Amino acid sequence: MEAGAPANPNPPQAAPGKASSRTRSERKLAWMLCAPAVLAMLLVTAYPIAYAVVLSLQDVDLRFPDEGGFVGLSNYTAVLSSDLWWTDLFNTVFIMVVSVAIELALGMAIALVMYRAIFGRGVVRTSVLIPYGIITVVAAFAWQFAFSPETGFVNNLPLISDEMDWFGGRFSSFAVIIMAEVWKTTPFMALLLLAGLVTIDSQLYEAARVDGATAWQRFTRITLPLMKPAILVALLFRTLDAFRVFDTIFIMTRGALDTESVSILGYNQLISRLNLGLGSAVSVLIFLCVFLIAFIFVRGFGTKLDEGRPGG
Amino acid sequence: MEQRNGRDYALWSIAIFLVVALALIPVLWLISISLKPPEELTDQRFIPQSVSFDNYKSLFEGGIDDSPFIKPLINSIGIALITTVISIVLASFAAYAIARLEFPGKRLILAGALAIAMFPPISTVGPLFDMWRALGLYDTWVGLIIPYLTFSLPLAIYVLVAFFREIPWELEQAAQVDGATPFQAFTKVIVPLAAPGVFTAAILVFIFCWNDFLFAISLTSSDASRTVPAALAFFTGESSFTAPTGSIAAAAVVVTVPIIVFVLIFQRRIVAGLTAGAVKG
Repeated sequence: MEAGAPANPNPPQAAPGKASSRTRSERKLAWMLCAPAVLAMLLVTAYPIAYAVVLSLQDVDLRFPDEGGFVGLSNYTAVLSSDLWWTDLFNTVFIMVVSVAIELALGMAIALVMYRAIFGRGVVRTSVLIPYGIITVVAAFAWQFAFSPETGFVNNLPLISDEMDWFGGRFSSFAVIIMAEVWKTTPFMALLLLAGLVTIDSQLYEAARVDGATAWQRFTRITLPLMKPAILVALLFRTLDAFRVFDTIFIMTRGALDTESVSILGYNQLISRLNLGLGSAVSVLIFLCVFLIAFIFVRGFGTKLDEGRPGG
Repeated sequence: MEQRNGRDYALWSIAIFLVVALALIPVLWLISISLKPPEELTDQRFIPQSVSFDNYKSLFEGGIDDSPFIKPLINSIGIALITTVISIVLASFAAYAIARLEFPGKRLILAGALAIAMFPPISTVGPLFDMWRALGLYDTWVGLIIPYLTFSLPLAIYVLVAFFREIPWELEQAAQVDGATPFQAFTKVIVPLAAPGVFTAAILVFIFCWNDFLFAISLTSSDASRTVPAALAFFTGESSFTAPTGSIAAAAVVVTVPIIVFVLIFQRRIVAGLTAGAVKG
């Protein structure tokens, strides 16, 4: 049922500066209404990340419960001096950069199709929502089966070698992983960009056309600059989301042949090897990477993202 | 206006056809594999030559106790529904306060919610795994509902704030002036106006829970609470000699088609909800 009803029989009217007791009760009510949601959000983020920091400074391995104790930063030095961490970080950043770049280009094209289409706008919007509604794991299986040399139809297509073993090599695996990620998340990008696109005053285009601007000039001189905030929001969300890539890789390769992402590394240490100390160090490092990416976006791209400041 | 000549028409047709085809291919492909009999599974054809429903039958064989699929399906539906209800109630309280009331800390709550939307879930998996084992929440519904609640609340709050800001709240006072009690004014005027936004937020939260894989494989160990995405990853074939490809495809179709139908029916709302927070935020 709807919120607020029983708790707020006399909705405070906006009467600035009139009655301070009213303002005070309004504040109290507002805090009471927000408290449950705030607590629920902190419960599984602030406390666990603090606990992860504590764990990462200890030698906690559930297979050897008798050992343990404070070990300082040695878990971090162990992670940071291992080749595996740097390989996985490279993989993650590689997949993130390539897939977000493709998504931006493709998402922009789809947004323009939805915006400018002479006909069929509804059909396009309908079909881009299909990937959004599909479970990531299911999409990963679909593409895995499609590219598998045994069951797949892809190797049967013209121009593609029948013998191609997509999951037999590192970068051919990345190609399939990136393709699945792009397929699944481009709709979100396209919809965010479309939302930015519709806010542009169409008279600007008319004026530019009258002045003799070509379609490409209109796109680069009007559309892109005015869409900068929408593009940055979409890029920030998708970049951070892509950095967390886990489901698709887990289903397709489980990290074999050097295709692990940092999230898979964290999962393997924590859940498969039950090494909570090392795994937590990986978790904290991932958290710092995400923080860094968000910080770069906010600092690098100015004021429009001011509500995107992390660390709340 | 744009010239609507034949060439434009053809170009648009191609563009639209490409988008539709790319969106549909994986879904059609899954349906195709799920219908192929085992001996045709490796024929590398996109369209099955003969159709068999054995893969679907095998999913439900053995009833609730022996079927590899029924319990995860119940878990997925139950956990997603319970999370959605709690998340929407809590988010509605908060969104009402943020949209309507003036109080210090409003921006902090919105910024905090945004930060949590960007938070990497893997960073909480280790601590939760340890805490849930100590508290007896490991491999239970509650153990998944709590993290889902946390990570779905930012989404729900942003969508609801965007919708609540559009509601003409003066109507509530107007109704009271006309003699309605505050309760009547709320239920007869505000609830109908807020319902579409609440419904939209509910769909998005449900899809979020339905989609999760990381928590589902980390915090569960059995059919007691394993959801469909996690169960799919651990599917085995009929016998240890058959690959589970067919049954995975059939299970994937069963959990995908209803959601797609639902998403398509409510597509306008979903588009509004997905973009609501982003434009104003």
